[in-house]
Amino acid sequence: MAVRYFGAKIKRNEDPTLLTGRALFTDDVDLPGMLHVAFLRSDYAHARIRSIDVSQALKRPGVVAVYTAEDLGDYWRPGPLLVPPPPVEGIVFNQRTQVPLAKDKVRFVGEPVVMVVAESRYIAEDALEDIFVDYEPLEPVVDIEKALEPGAPLVHEDVGSNVAAHVVQRKGDYEAAKAEADVVISRRFFYDHGLAAAMENRGYVAHWDPKAQFLTIWDTTQAPVVIRNGIAAMLGLSESQVRVIAPFIGGGFGPKIMMFYQEEVLIPWVAMQLNRPVKWIEDRRENFVATTQERYQIHKAEIALTKDGRILGVKDVFLHDTGAYDPYGLTVPINSQCTLLGPYDIPNYYSEFTAVFTNKTIVTPYRGAGRQHGVFVMERLLDIAAKELGIDRTEIRRKNFIPPDKFPYNNEIIYQDFAPLVYDSGNYEPALDKALELIGYEKFIKEEQPKLRAQGKHVGIGVVCYVEGTGIGPYEGARVRVEASGKVSVATGVGTQGQGHFTSFAQIVADQLGVDVRDVHIVTGDTAQFHWGTGTFASRGAVVAGSAIYEAAKKVREKALKLASEILEVAEEDLELVDGYVRVKGAPEAKISLGELAVRSNPLRGAVKPGTEPGLEATMYFGPERGATASGTHACIVEVDPETCMAKILKYVVVHDCGKVINPLIVEGQIHGGVAQGIGNAFYEQIVYNEDGQLLTASFMDYLIPTAMEVPPIVTDHVETPSPLNPLGTKGAGEAGAIPTAAAFVQAVEDALSDYNIEILEAPLSPNRLYELLHKK
Amino acid sequence: MTDLHTIRVTVNGTTYERTVEARMLLSDFIRHELGLTGTHVGCEHGVCGACTVLFDGQPVRSCLMFAVQADGHEIMTVEGLAPDPDHLHPLQEAFWEAHGLQCGFCTPGFLMTLKPFLEENPNPTEEEIRLAISGNLCRCTGYQHIIEAVKLAAEKMRK
Repeated sequence: MAVRYFGAKIKRNEDPTLLTGRALFTDDVDLPGMLHVAFLRSDYAHARIRSIDVSQALKRPGVVAVYTAEDLGDYWRPGPLLVPPPPVEGIVFNQRTQVPLAKDKVRFVGEPVVMVVAESRYIAEDALEDIFVDYEPLEPVVDIEKALEPGAPLVHEDVGSNVAAHVVQRKGDYEAAKAEADVVISRRFFYDHGLAAAMENRGYVAHWDPKAQFLTIWDTTQAPVVIRNGIAAMLGLSESQVRVIAPFIGGGFGPKIMMFYQEEVLIPWVAMQLNRPVKWIEDRRENFVATTQERYQIHKAEIALTKDGRILGVKDVFLHDTGAYDPYGLTVPINSQCTLLGPYDIPNYYSEFTAVFTNKTIVTPYRGAGRQHGVFVMERLLDIAAKELGIDRTEIRRKNFIPPDKFPYNNEIIYQDFAPLVYDSGNYEPALDKALELIGYEKFIKEEQPKLRAQGKHVGIGVVCYVEGTGIGPYEGARVRVEASGKVSVATGVGTQGQGHFTSFAQIVADQLGVDVRDVHIVTGDTAQFHWGTGTFASRGAVVAGSAIYEAAKKVREKALKLASEILEVAEEDLELVDGYVRVKGAPEAKISLGELAVRSNPLRGAVKPGTEPGLEATMYFGPERGATASGTHACIVEVDPETCMAKILKYVVVHDCGKVINPLIVEGQIHGGVAQGIGNAFYEQIVYNEDGQLLTASFMDYLIPTAMEVPPIVTDHVETPSPLNPLGTKGAGEAGAIPTAAAFVQAVEDALSDYNIEILEAPLSPNRLYELLHKK
Repeated sequence: MTDLHTIRVTVNGTTYERTVEARMLLSDFIRHELGLTGTHVGCEHGVCGACTVLFDGQPVRSCLMFAVQADGHEIMTVEGLAPDPDHLHPLQEAFWEAHGLQCGFCTPGFLMTLKPFLEENPNPTEEEIRLAISGNLCRCTGYQHIIEAVKLAAEKMRK
């Protein structure tokens, strides 16, 4: 084959469209006669609705309709449970899913209460001012520890407590291991993870064609097929009557796969009610309260070790804030529970968590999806243990790594995909070594740090290791088709939000079919193009959809070879696919183009052999047995000014193992972006609710997304341990940048401030918080 | 709200006459009245910079202005940077080559901020570049590839 695209740093196919402002995003959809929606949302975290008066709003010129929960009739019902709880013995799970519009009671600030439909968004928002809701404020549930105390107010009275779930998972016997230990370290950790804050807010446009009886929806979702199926079922339509298009999406990061958002359920319904196209686009203020978030956990964790630093066991009991409803099941806390074990050989583990309902925005996965919390706890425990035992922090990690000959490695607990948590492959020391070399660890601690300290500077280093469960099932599919033009079209069911699928998927196909990568046209996120799929989440696009595309392309290749062999009367083994042709090896003038083969495989007349399928086309599905485990090391050097408590990251290194890399440029971009979000999570971003459950950080003036001034240059490198679980050997790369960042940062800050002798057991930090920690003593 | 005004605005060289409400945002005017949807709206409170357009050659946040303020002025949006996807502006080429975009939502704002910046400062240092884009938020790239793209664009534009 002339060029091999797999593994090449090539420019993205989708970029010219995006760079020239011609890409279609959901808010760009403009239909004749389109109506606009605005939502009246709860100002209270917890209140009873006594009455709602919309009469004035209905009188406003330009207002077409106003709906409360009562007006929805049978369509009002709680949303489906998106992810059922995993089959863990003794599990408690109280399912309470969100409702389209609040009825009787509001449970978080921002919960939609009334929907206004008008000729313009301006008028719809004017009409919100006309509505009067009589609320009886109730005591809100804000603090997750107080929420579990007897007599606490209840988010859902019928549950009888604020317990959303309780899960215990065990490996070995922690208590027995503890009895043998030389050292036991026990601490209380607090880890908060915030908002995805994709630059594009959510939005939905729906168009009902009554003559064709067909509903088209443009949706900023990461999972268009699942949305199509769900909306069709809710509206009593057949799946073939509904087309969901997830066009270009301005960043997803998890919350755009939450299903089904209240607005997402209502917009198609109202388009059918009114027989007019309807649009709702979330504004940024709404995004802060109405789009799902992640939030904090409180861990009481314990590690038992031998005096030479071998881990005998870990115990962790934690509380997880799940917000007002739990439609996404237990994905986030299960990820925390499972990712805590990291790359370490931990023979005994006891982990117990309680997910708690609170009067806050719903919690669902955001890039990392609870993994950050687990990694932070484990890495901090190791830092403290290293200090206590007088072992270098990198040595204690190295000593406990799962050795490369122990894979597949069974952690004996259940992961978010309901499969046992078994790591497929890994080799952790080379990544650590490479990271130490790139950050200059030895030189830093032996020469630079003492020198800088002598100058009165507070500089510190952080080195942390992590694993990331990626590429989970159940499956994805793809259809690959050679057109008569010789160009190739590919359709898959996943959505895309900037990950470069139009390119990385094209690379896979171009290699199989011997065509130019620019001649491979990928369609993602359109249910009219592909019927089956689950979505883009858990760093699985390249792994699962990529593998399906590979299998389909391989099958098309076989078809092309078979047909060419008949036409050219040459054995298949003697043929090759190059530059859009099937040609005879060693006699390249004897050839037939793929376009010609596509035409010949779709004859208009004449007899074909029984069993023949028309076209150079194949559809294949891929479902991995379980997820592939990516891993790596992050290291950073931070300087802290103890007066102002500002911290500056001087150097940041990521060495990452995501198996085989399809496009290193794209993976590098994923890592950079992840680290930037991780830095936000470490020092800048925090969702702050006050005691009334009011969000105090509901704008970009208060919720600080890192800018180019805060994100340092990031040095990246790779090691490659292919996954045996898929034909490409890939592992996911989407979340790795974001997961261990706060753990690395906090370790470095603590190291920088070693003369203050503080122990930092929480993230995010901020200059204010750091000041408090320094001066509490 | 019947406070209507007729305005004439030149956008990417074409003059448009429209009657708008006094309160209509310039960003909404560009996107929904003129159908130039390359300009994106990310926050509507002037922080994210996605809606940046050139107003008489200077970068402004179109979400913080009213359409009526553009009466008699010249606007340039991302659609005005290149005639079509096959003939990119050097800045766009550089973003393509250096992988300076992922989801691409914030990109038009970056491009419109950078065009006048590079025209004024054809050989910027990395610090100057970081400062220049510090009013534009990107949630995907971590900025590193954007900064590399700006360096590359400066090189291309100097030639």
